[in-house]
Amino acid sequence: MADTIKLSRRNFIIGTGAAGLTIGILASCSNNSEDSSEADQAANAEPNPEVNAWVHIAPDDTVTIRIARSEMGQGTLTGLAQLVADELDCDWDKVTTEYPTPGENLARDRVWRDFSTGGSRGIRGSVDYVREGGAVARAMLIQAAANQWEVPVGECSVEKGVITHGPSGNTLRYGEVAEAASALTPPTGVQVKDPSEWKIIGQPVKRLDTADKVTGAQKYGADLQMDGMLNAAIRQAPKRGGTLASFDAAAVMSMPGVRKVVQVDDTAVAVVAERWWQAKTALDALPVEWTDGEGADYSSAAFETELENALTADDASVANMSGEVDAAFANAARTVEATYRVPHQNHACMEPMNATAVWTEDKCEVWCPTQNGEAALGAASEAAGLPIEQCDVYKLLLGGGFGRRGMSDYVTQVVKIAKEMPGTPIKLLWSREEDMQHGFYHPTTRARCEGALDADGNLTAIKIRIAGQSILAGLMPQALQNGMDPFAFQGLLPSGLDERVEDQTLKYTFPALKFDHAMRNPPVRPGFWRGVNANQNAIYLECFMDELARAAGKDPLEFRLAYMGDAQELAAVLRAAAEKSGWGNDDGKSRGLCAFYSFGAYTAACAEVTVDDAGQLKIHRIVAATDPGYAVNPQQVDAQVAGSFVYGLSAALFEEITFENGEVQEKNFDTYNSMRLRDMPEVETIVMPSGGFWGGVGEPTIAVAAPAVLNAIYSATGKRIRNLPIKDQSLRDA
Amino acid sequence: MAELKVNGQTVSVDAEENTPLLWVLREHLGLTGAKYGCGIAQCGTCTIHIDGQPVRSCTYPVGALSGEEEITTIEGLSEDGSHPVQQAWVELDIPQCGYCQPGMIMAVAGLLNNTPDPTDEDIDAQVTNICRCGTLARVRKGIHLAKTKKA
Repeated sequence: MADTIKLSRRNFIIGTGAAGLTIGILASCSNNSEDSSEADQAANAEPNPEVNAWVHIAPDDTVTIRIARSEMGQGTLTGLAQLVADELDCDWDKVTTEYPTPGENLARDRVWRDFSTGGSRGIRGSVDYVREGGAVARAMLIQAAANQWEVPVGECSVEKGVITHGPSGNTLRYGEVAEAASALTPPTGVQVKDPSEWKIIGQPVKRLDTADKVTGAQKYGADLQMDGMLNAAIRQAPKRGGTLASFDAAAVMSMPGVRKVVQVDDTAVAVVAERWWQAKTALDALPVEWTDGEGADYSSAAFETELENALTADDASVANMSGEVDAAFANAARTVEATYRVPHQNHACMEPMNATAVWTEDKCEVWCPTQNGEAALGAASEAAGLPIEQCDVYKLLLGGGFGRRGMSDYVTQVVKIAKEMPGTPIKLLWSREEDMQHGFYHPTTRARCEGALDADGNLTAIKIRIAGQSILAGLMPQALQNGMDPFAFQGLLPSGLDERVEDQTLKYTFPALKFDHAMRNPPVRPGFWRGVNANQNAIYLECFMDELARAAGKDPLEFRLAYMGDAQELAAVLRAAAEKSGWGNDDGKSRGLCAFYSFGAYTAACAEVTVDDAGQLKIHRIVAATDPGYAVNPQQVDAQVAGSFVYGLSAALFEEITFENGEVQEKNFDTYNSMRLRDMPEVETIVMPSGGFWGGVGEPTIAVAAPAVLNAIYSATGKRIRNLPIKDQSLRDA
Repeated sequence: MAELKVNGQTVSVDAEENTPLLWVLREHLGLTGAKYGCGIAQCGTCTIHIDGQPVRSCTYPVGALSGEEEITTIEGLSEDGSHPVQQAWVELDIPQCGYCQPGMIMAVAGLLNNTPDPTDEDIDAQVTNICRCGTLARVRKGIHLAKTKKA
């Protein structure tokens, strides 16, 4: 293989509505850096004029919509394409999509804006500019047709990609005018449609990326093959803060396929071999010594004690306080107190972390699944020691993300390994054991909740003290606000505190309240984990509301509604879920409710469970309602809402990461279980977009999963479960 | 050098005997439909068929095969994606990220080989694959739909 390799720079076509158009992503290699790749040549043979950054249209009318955000299963690829296609008025059956690269984005003054895909912002964060992109392209195409006919634009209309000149009846297809349109200056001030005019937005169209996912043809990062490629397996210091002391490469160099043993920074060692299984086998046999660092004696048990103490400590940041809290408690007819706890959790994406890189002295290219293409590019550039303009990242569909793939640690690693073997494509694939032990974990937190009730059972004040790790302190300390992590209060915040978290505010109106956070940061990397802090905050608030309602002798539905006066959307989803579930029915099932607002969306669930005499839980059905403002694709909203109960209830039932002597104890799915079909309830979703705002979809429903089930368990047993996961706990008192 | 029958073709592979079948399929034969998810037969993403029976290939050493077995991967389940399970999966738009789906589909196809009209209890007992995105609710519907379809 020559020293310089050019791997296909053509963007991967990642999904199509026109059957059979999806092409493989296997990069073609050329030994001559001046040659165009095969894919580039193919592109040149079939002109696909760029009308604007968002829209390319080929002579055969195939519309290629360019998608900046990452598809990881959440359907954003299809939803974003719907937004553009609706404004474009093209034929949906001719739509296909592709990713521009982060490098192109930088080179073009970030015309596609933000690549980062998290916080349930894929749709709502780009809805304005992608629709405008579609509308501008439409205007340019019509202008091109009008120019060709020499008629006023106002006499032209368009439907499904066919432009008609009204007076003459002449028609032109988009594919016939795309090239002329691409030469026009984009107009300004183009208006997007009123929701009443939508034809594709709001429709339950099929996903664009399904066909290859049912035949095995879909290539993920872990599946990449390139000519001359070698495979790397990695082992990282098992203890928190540990570093690599030594390794004996000679002991494994003669093992089958082994080509090189590479130190990666001071924390990891990788074996590079012809095949990954050979690399993994040699890595398992590699003698390695580690040096302990800060965190080597970290254990979950000791940290739990620290968190318990923090529940009453003086050092806490108050994010939300109003009313006369102390007076309410002093005058209370009755007070209620409860402490809850949520453990560390790992994302455990089905596709383990991986990336492929080729490094040469003047170029570095990376192929990887990432939720943040631009961050991956930055990481690649830094690790490569090359200017960012000489690097690029080619995104692949993700085999799960959930927040984990917003981090670029595996990109840095593969580039550092590839740098040791210039010109050779290196694919790094983590084992599941590495994935479990080196996550960016959902923090463990606990909360002490206190409520004051008057003689009529009305709530007069509520206090929640959260103790635990701050994700922002660990990942982006510059985002703290005077030492406070506002994001720790997801769903509990006052309006107006911080515009970055205005979509995470408390929707109840309480007479008096105080919510504060005592930050305690263990030597564990925290991460954004699908739903993030809303997940435990909903448990704290909504299980406690259930306890308050019971203590007040009131119906948990009516009790909640009494404090939702200013949030009719929240009341509406709660009522809808309760009603459809048959709240109050005496049918042998016990029910539990939860309603929560996060990521700009209103969600509620009613869980129906039974707990037998032996304490065996059966979750029969969940009815879930969501109001995300607008539902771009209702059947994909349904998929996300239903899927939220897999992720949320897997966590509630099974998931806990524990540390002993700095080391993760749960190293695979045998001890870090995930829900199977036998555990999965039927989920009935109610998608009820009320319009007028854009809320998230992928994450908000996670928050209501656990509280609804925990409250239903109480209904069934009279016993409160306040500690997750549920596994191994007796659901009935002995 | 071992001879295997994979998707109706006889192939020879040069792999250590203790190499898991999964990695022979993926790295020697380029059949990457079966995925690596855990390596300890827990998650089911690596599910393939041996003589029509679902097997977790990540812990199945290639040396344990005689060469007579008919090995079927997702790539060989049907020529054109028309297996009843694939039809049902497309009709209900089941895959999300899709990484677990080749294994899920093979597990379900194996279930239907053994139990053409499975009850929910049969499904619970025989399809134990993990899906982290959360397609499980649609997977159950998909199984009930697939059993009504013809190849």
